Amino acid sequence: MGTINTSEFKKGLKVQLDGDPYLMIECNFVKPGKGQALYKCRLKHLIRGTTLDRTWKSGDSIESADVEEINAQYLYRQGDKFVFMDNESYEQYELTAEQVGDTWRYLKESMVCGMVLYNGNPITVTPPNHVILKIEYCEPGARGNTATNVSKPCKVETGAEFQCPVFVNIGDLIKIDTRTGEYLERAKE
Amino acid sequence: MRRSRGTPHDFLPTASWQNLRLRAGLLRQLREFFHGHGFLEVETPILSADTVVDRHLDPFSLDAGPAGGRPHALWLQTSPEFAMKRLLAAGAEAIYQVSRVFRREEQGRLHNPEFTLVEWYRRGDDFQAGMQLTSDLCRVLLDRGPAQRLSYAEAFQRYVGLDPHAANTEALIAAARRCDSPPPQSLAKEDRDGWLDWLLAERVQGRLGLERPLLLYDFPAGQAALARIRPGEPPLAERFELYVAGWELANGYHELLDAGELRRRNARANELRRGDGKTALPEESRLLAAMERGLPPAVGCALGFDRLVMLAAGAGSIDEVIAFPWDRA
Repeated sequence: MGTINTSEFKKGLKVQLDGDPYLMIECNFVKPGKGQALYKCRLKHLIRGTTLDRTWKSGDSIESADVEEINAQYLYRQGDKFVFMDNESYEQYELTAEQVGDTWRYLKESMVCGMVLYNGNPITVTPPNHVILKIEYCEPGARGNTATNVSKPCKVETGAEFQCPVFVNIGDLIKIDTRTGEYLERAKE
Repeated sequence: MRRSRGTPHDFLPTASWQNLRLRAGLLRQLREFFHGHGFLEVETPILSADTVVDRHLDPFSLDAGPAGGRPHALWLQTSPEFAMKRLLAAGAEAIYQVSRVFRREEQGRLHNPEFTLVEWYRRGDDFQAGMQLTSDLCRVLLDRGPAQRLSYAEAFQRYVGLDPHAANTEALIAAARRCDSPPPQSLAKEDRDGWLDWLLAERVQGRLGLERPLLLYDFPAGQAALARIRPGEPPLAERFELYVAGWELANGYHELLDAGELRRRNARANELRRGDGKTALPEESRLLAAMERGLPPAVGCALGFDRLVMLAAGAGSIDEVIAFPWDRA
């Protein structure tokens, strides 16, 4: 991928530090008096999400990270592995349960997710912001009770449980916000 | 250089009309101040065959086409210093200039590669008189009271807890490692002034001039630039910087008069530039000829006008006080 000189520094750069991929989320140019120009940067680890502060002297250069964002379709789960396919190249990628994290709760067959590849290997997968899931089991709803402040656990087709209002029933489709894990509304297919 | 790809709205100024009016008002006040103090406004070339030779200043160069059969390089000024000192050598008493200066790669919240510098010189001023004039100007333009004074050594004692002139480089490095943010990994162990700069930027600058403007003075001899060095133990550079609200606003020198010394400093600066992987800059200049003929004792000072406007406007970024900053230039 090559190197990036400080003169090219800006927010949004993806760089490699100590072998790990980082996103430059802040970059401030400072120059003390007649002294050395410095770039004070904040970087976010692209896998762990942790942040790090680093400063470079003007003229320094760092490695760019071979990071690519693709759209990948979820195919199936095999034991501890989740298998996805790049929509364009049809290349298949396997992620471990650890890499997938909480995202398994939303994964249903053929769902298109965002995937980040680092050096050609998948590192993270992000579901769409909203997903529609079918309720497989819940306690019967009280007909006519449309109160939204009372909730009950509902098990959906992925095997995950979400808190939903009491009026939803088995077989209903519900829309979930994947960023918060919260029920949004009942949905039609 | 960073350049955004451009948006449909990037023909518009980034500064508000309120700030542009404030800017014009400050410029008028500034000219009245200098006029009232007997200064003559002068204009010198922005594009010159000579350039300041400084380790950390990178000028833009321009190909002026062949001259005498050889390609002829000209420099956009990083400050009008050389030309104004030539005027001093030619008899000027007190002169000032408001001019655009250009410094490669300096872009950030407080920097734009093209900016407005106000620079002045007064024949016969000593170090104290030069600081006093700077304080008076700041008082008139920003109305934050007269400037306090703090020596570089006192500032380091107070905010870093060491003597910047006596401490060995290992002690400076140890202090730098205790700062909140880690120093650049490429900062060489033997780059003493680099470590002092880091400590100044990290621990000192942000605390200067918070209640009242502050003049930081008596810099290490290694950071003299074009200031004279006062003999003593240790020898100190008669250089000062004006700080307001933690920002460096101006830099002044009790001017170096010795042409031989300037030659040595130019050679040293180029040696350091080569070590940093930069190109060397021309060491000969008409300023040297002027100094050989005789430069009168004087103090000169340069003030970043954009930052002054930022302080008056309460702006957080230089883009708020420049109509068309670098990305829209």
